[in-house]
Amino acid sequence: MRTTEILVIGGGPAGLSAAIEAATLGAQVTVVDSDLKLGGQLIKQTHKFFGSKDEYAGTRGYKIADILFEDLRKNADRIEILSDCTATGYYPEDGIVTCMIGEEKYFRMRPKKIVVATGAQERLIPFPGNDLPGVYGAGAVQTLMNVYGVTPGDRVLMVGAGNIGLIVSYQLLQAGVQVCGVVEFMPKVGGYWVHAAKIRRLGVPIYLQHTIVEALGERTVTGAIIENLAPDCTPGGKRTTIDCDIICMAVGLAPTCELLWQAGCAMKFIPQLCGHVALRDPFMRTSHPDIWIAGDAAGIEEASSAMVEGRIAGLGAAGACGYGTPEERKERFAHYSERLADLRAGEVGEKIRIGVSAASVQKWEE
Amino acid sequence: MTDNEKTFNSGILTGERPGAVLPPKELWESKKNGLVLIECPQRIPCNPCATSCPTGAVIPFEDINDTPRIDYSKCTGCALCVAKCPGLACFVADLTWGEKEALLKLPYEMLPLPAKGQTVACLNRCGEEVHRTQIVNVTQPWKDSTYVVSVAVPKELVSEVRAVKVV
Ligand SMILES: Cc1cc2nc3c(=O)[nH]c(=O)nc-3n(C[C@H](O)[C@H](O)[C@H](O)COP(=O)(O)OP(=O)(O)OC[C@H]3O[C@@H](n4cnc5c(N)ncnc54)[C@H](O)[C@@H]3O)c2cc1C
Ligand code: SF4
Ligand code: SF4
Repeated sequence: MRTTEILVIGGGPAGLSAAIEAATLGAQVTVVDSDLKLGGQLIKQTHKFFGSKDEYAGTRGYKIADILFEDLRKNADRIEILSDCTATGYYPEDGIVTCMIGEEKYFRMRPKKIVVATGAQERLIPFPGNDLPGVYGAGAVQTLMNVYGVTPGDRVLMVGAGNIGLIVSYQLLQAGVQVCGVVEFMPKVGGYWVHAAKIRRLGVPIYLQHTIVEALGERTVTGAIIENLAPDCTPGGKRTTIDCDIICMAVGLAPTCELLWQAGCAMKFIPQLCGHVALRDPFMRTSHPDIWIAGDAAGIEEASSAMVEGRIAGLGAAGACGYGTPEERKERFAHYSERLADLRAGEVGEKIRIGVSAASVQKWEE
Repeated sequence: MTDNEKTFNSGILTGERPGAVLPPKELWESKKNGLVLIECPQRIPCNPCATSCPTGAVIPFEDINDTPRIDYSKCTGCALCVAKCPGLACFVADLTWGEKEALLKLPYEMLPLPAKGQTVACLNRCGEEVHRTQIVNVTQPWKDSTYVVSVAVPKELVSEVRAVKVV
């Protein structure tokens, strides 16, 4: 049986920030991540991030990961990292987490506190042929291209014009793949207008008020049929066949929260946070006194806010282990809360503000 | 929804809007080295154009969601914002460059990287080829793989050409 003070599950921006924060306060931390390489989504983001200087705006995502790795190295004596290691279960009776390294090495771990930063899962939508080889999630396409250096195909149809659909389309163009079009259900792009403009000027059509109705092909994708929707979203409009060998779905993410369900955390369905999430107090502690959450697992947002939430969760978990003085914790907490509020200010943050407030409790009964 | 609005909603600028305005004509025509054209008409939490501008020509944002506002009297056409903006929404147009031609400084993040003197196709906002010309200059102001390519285009095309493609 392994032990650790704080187990961080997930080594994306949220988990790494939590680990760094807890370690700088003096806690002994173990990070497990199911990927071969740490960094979560960040290592696939070849585009420059939006936001402000504090959150590294104008810096490419994978460079932000490098900044986090550097901070990890500075605290290497207190942070143990296990990659290719999946937390497979949590047993509330005795507080044990089971983990698998690779496909066969199995071990059990009893941490004092846990930060769940497992990120998000991609959604798919149903249509005939969506199980054909060649229908991918946008995250999978990004991983293939930007982690493994493999182009997924020659001609892609992108489904969804949110930021992910738009950015991955741009990255596909950079990789020399033809993007035949982006299909969007709504009458306007959901992602930032400037991202749409970037691919439009490279000749990519964006089909607003359209949806995919069928993937064509016998053994692999050879095309797709898209359909124009009426303004009230009723189907039956004009159909167009698109010649493509890849269909890439960027229709949304949902928080990865299986471990939180297993742990019996109080959960709630919050549409603004894109699915079921655990209720949390201001320190990101769930109804389970030993479990904290951060990042997309706590509600789909951005890497910038994931990093700040990670800081807060790490601070909370380390504080619960007795690290840091109350003044020090109070000061750090005030600083992070303010940054989070700044990131969520304005119109774009409105949805998040509503969701977060619906998921928040002021204080758990002790 | 009008066709105009639908076109805009799909990422193509149609007319001036807050965050996407043209420089005053007289100043523009006389300003050596050019003036910035920013096309960022949506309130989003982003401000590197303002924080990277060395002269304060992009007026510092009060709220990070503000759309960019420009004090054209301060713009030097240096193109630092062109290379910094994560939305690739800043361009510089120098109308003093030639008799009939203006120099456009455009952001570029594609492969292959064109070289000085090479012929490229000029694309408009929907990716249609509207002109062919030579690359005048290629720089990489922040050494971060976003390049600024300068191309000469007929003056009447400065408000149309927004990208180049190696042919
Ligand atoms: C195409 C795209 C573009 C984006 N662009 C931006 C942008 O411009 N700006 C911005 O701020 N954000 C952007 N984001 C969002 C940002 O990437 C995410 O919000 C952020 O990565 C969330 O961080 P996280 O640490 O919560 O999750 P992730 O980065 O997803 O990390 C979670 C990690 O947990 C691991 N994991 C999951 N389950 C387990 C388990 N059971 N055991 C062990 N490990 C596990 C996963 O392997 C993963 O490494 C973008 C996202 C995408 C997909
Ligand atoms: S071109 Fe230079 S001076 Fe003009 S707005 Fe951009 S950064 Fe500022
Ligand atoms: S940096 Fe670019 S995308 Fe960001 S606000 Fe300025 S112009 Fe818009």
